[in-house]
Amino acid sequence: MSVILPLLVPLTTAILCLVVPYRTAQRYLSLAGALALLAAGLYLLTQLEDGIQVMQMGNWPAPFGITFVADHLSALLVLVTGVVAVAVTLYALEENDAPRERQGYHALVHFLLVGVNGAFLTGDIFNLYVWFEVLLISSFVLMVLGAERAQLSGGVKYFAVSLLSSILFLSAVGLLYGATGALNLADLATRVEALAPGLRSALAMLFLVAFGLKAAVFPFFFWLPASYPAPPVTISALFAGLLTKVGVYALIRVFTLLFTYETAFTHQVILWVAGLTLLVGALLALAQGELRRILSFQLVSHIGYMLMGLGLLSPLALTGSVFYALNHMLVISALFLVAGLIQRLGGSGVLVRLGGLYRQQPWLAVWFLLPAFSLAGLPPFSGFWAKFTLAAAGLEAGQYGIVAVALLVGLLTLLSMGIVFAEAFWKEPPKASANLEARGWAAQALPIALLALLALGLGLWAEPLLRLSQKAALELLEPSGYIQAVLGVSR
Amino acid sequence: MNTLILQTTSRFLFTLLLLLSIFLLLRGHNEPGGGFIGALVAVGAYALYALAHGLSAARQLLPLPPLRLVGLGLLIALLSGLVGLLNQQPFMTGVWFKVLGLKLGTPVIFDIGVYLTVFGALLSAIFALEESAKEVR
Amino acid sequence: MEVLLSFLVGGLFAVGVYLMLRPHLIQFLIGFLVVGNAANLLIFTAGRLGSQFPPLVPPGGELLEPIANPLPQALILTAIVIGFGLAAFGIVLFFRAQQELGTLNGEAMPEQFETAPLPSLVDEPQTPQERVPA
Repeated sequence: MSVILPLLVPLTTAILCLVVPYRTAQRYLSLAGALALLAAGLYLLTQLEDGIQVMQMGNWPAPFGITFVADHLSALLVLVTGVVAVAVTLYALEENDAPRERQGYHALVHFLLVGVNGAFLTGDIFNLYVWFEVLLISSFVLMVLGAERAQLSGGVKYFAVSLLSSILFLSAVGLLYGATGALNLADLATRVEALAPGLRSALAMLFLVAFGLKAAVFPFFFWLPASYPAPPVTISALFAGLLTKVGVYALIRVFTLLFTYETAFTHQVILWVAGLTLLVGALLALAQGELRRILSFQLVSHIGYMLMGLGLLSPLALTGSVFYALNHMLVISALFLVAGLIQRLGGSGVLVRLGGLYRQQPWLAVWFLLPAFSLAGLPPFSGFWAKFTLAAAGLEAGQYGIVAVALLVGLLTLLSMGIVFAEAFWKEPPKASANLEARGWAAQALPIALLALLALGLGLWAEPLLRLSQKAALELLEPSGYIQAVLGVSR
Repeated sequence: MNTLILQTTSRFLFTLLLLLSIFLLLRGHNEPGGGFIGALVAVGAYALYALAHGLSAARQLLPLPPLRLVGLGLLIALLSGLVGLLNQQPFMTGVWFKVLGLKLGTPVIFDIGVYLTVFGALLSAIFALEESAKEVR
Repeated sequence: MEVLLSFLVGGLFAVGVYLMLRPHLIQFLIGFLVVGNAANLLIFTAGRLGSQFPPLVPPGGELLEPIANPLPQALILTAIVIGFGLAAFGIVLFFRAQQELGTLNGEAMPEQFETAPLPSLVDEPQTPQERVPA
């Protein structure tokens, strides 16, 4: 029951938003649904005290039916998804984009959340494909909702790349099924051991490419900065916070549960991918002149940190990965929302046209700097602990190269955020840029403040989340608990 | 497309196809068939009618706007899944009961939900395409 | 038979990937459909070809013949429906993109609509042609 709740809540909300024809009612429903999702996430996390939660859909027993499983990794991701959903919905309600709301914005957002949570909670690899499609189709429509030129141009690229990765994923699932005869993740985990090493590695690489496209890792990241800056800021913030993390989650799941045999090859590849993603993303971010493009490249770059922990594959490293993913979801959504506010208050998202915002809106600078510092990993923010854990794990494993890259990218991120601050807030305004809107923005700062203060709070009081992340990491490294919970037998 | 033959036959075919679609929906209970293909046939009926008599005429034959039908269908499907939940069993567990000697169950209700969802979704896509095609012409 | 189908899958993948690499969006979409069919055939082949008897048991009857593997069929049906939906969405998307952007060449679609020179290198005033978002 607790497992399926984070799916049923947004599904019900989305359906009610489709059925109820009044826009005001849809807005309240949407907010209520997001809050209920947050509550469902918290409930699921408390239920995990009794061990991994499993539900067999329709009462069909495990390897035959569709299983939903919640371990600590899934539950934590679902919980943070709820937080992001609440923040973005609060911002969207204040944004009051009537045309898009009439075209079903709220229903689509909640369908997207259904897909995201379904992907986090499913215990079946074909079902994972279906949830990916659910979230993709919702995101396609959200991406082009309103049909502005930039949206269509970005949407075409996003659509094309997503189709490619879906097909690759589907083919990989087909081949895996042909090789093992199973689709249930726990069942697969017991069967991949018998495969030939070469076949196993080939399958692993197929999954790496398919999920890597969704997670936007090097060299498959080009589509993300081409499309994420296009839609309205609430939609990009939602995408930035959630969608790439689904790809990362799938990578973590598959590479800790199934492909843990040829680690000298597969996880070394992941480590290289992580390092290159970090470096290339951070360098390209420095070369951009538009706020949301900078953030998009930062988003790409920081996916590398999560993969770095996966590549190192030690308890400490995976703890860092999980913690980083959770922290990053909060921080990058906050930054995208701030970018929206800057764009509105400053009249542009292009850095050269901005300036002097600090004098006009000092509080906006605060709400920008808090998540920006967390992104760069300065103490005492949550990003610091995540990076600290990852660096410690890297040193422990003797992988000095990746640690050096990780620390360098931290500096580059700080530099990039510093450039944004200097350009948008500090320098003199370029010309007569006094076309500021009179509309108050305090209500829109609220969700940003919520996310930023949460990131600060998780930095000052990191112990509980760090411990939960550690539990998640230990569960990932010891999959027999997962298998036992799903199949009822131990490996 | 406004030939007399098409206009006359489409009226008969419309009814016939709708009957066939409901037959397929109910047949899916025990044999090949079901909500999905039933809905496809029904969409075919409406598309044919729209070709022969125009979009607005086809729209008038709809009880609800297509997207509302999608919502309604999803709601029905969701509720059919929740029935099992109320019985302390997992989501989507089938519950069976007898009505007037007929063995009915939540899978049938789910199938009706699928029928309405597919019907509404496809019809709204077809209507939208036909409208934008008219703009281009 | 599996070997024959494997070659077919490989051929379809080759054709589809070639089409997907073309810049023209309609070619891309056709390529997607071909590759989608290739993936479906792949799953079908992966489920092993054995019996041709449908996996249906008549009321009160028993399984006499070895039946075909029903699982790949269920998977393919799901994948076909999803692929169909994606293709329908793609047609509408490309149609709108062609109307708004005037091209069906994916490479000719601009990535940035606001000209954004690098910061602090440019001093002259910018042309106020930007599009203020809603």
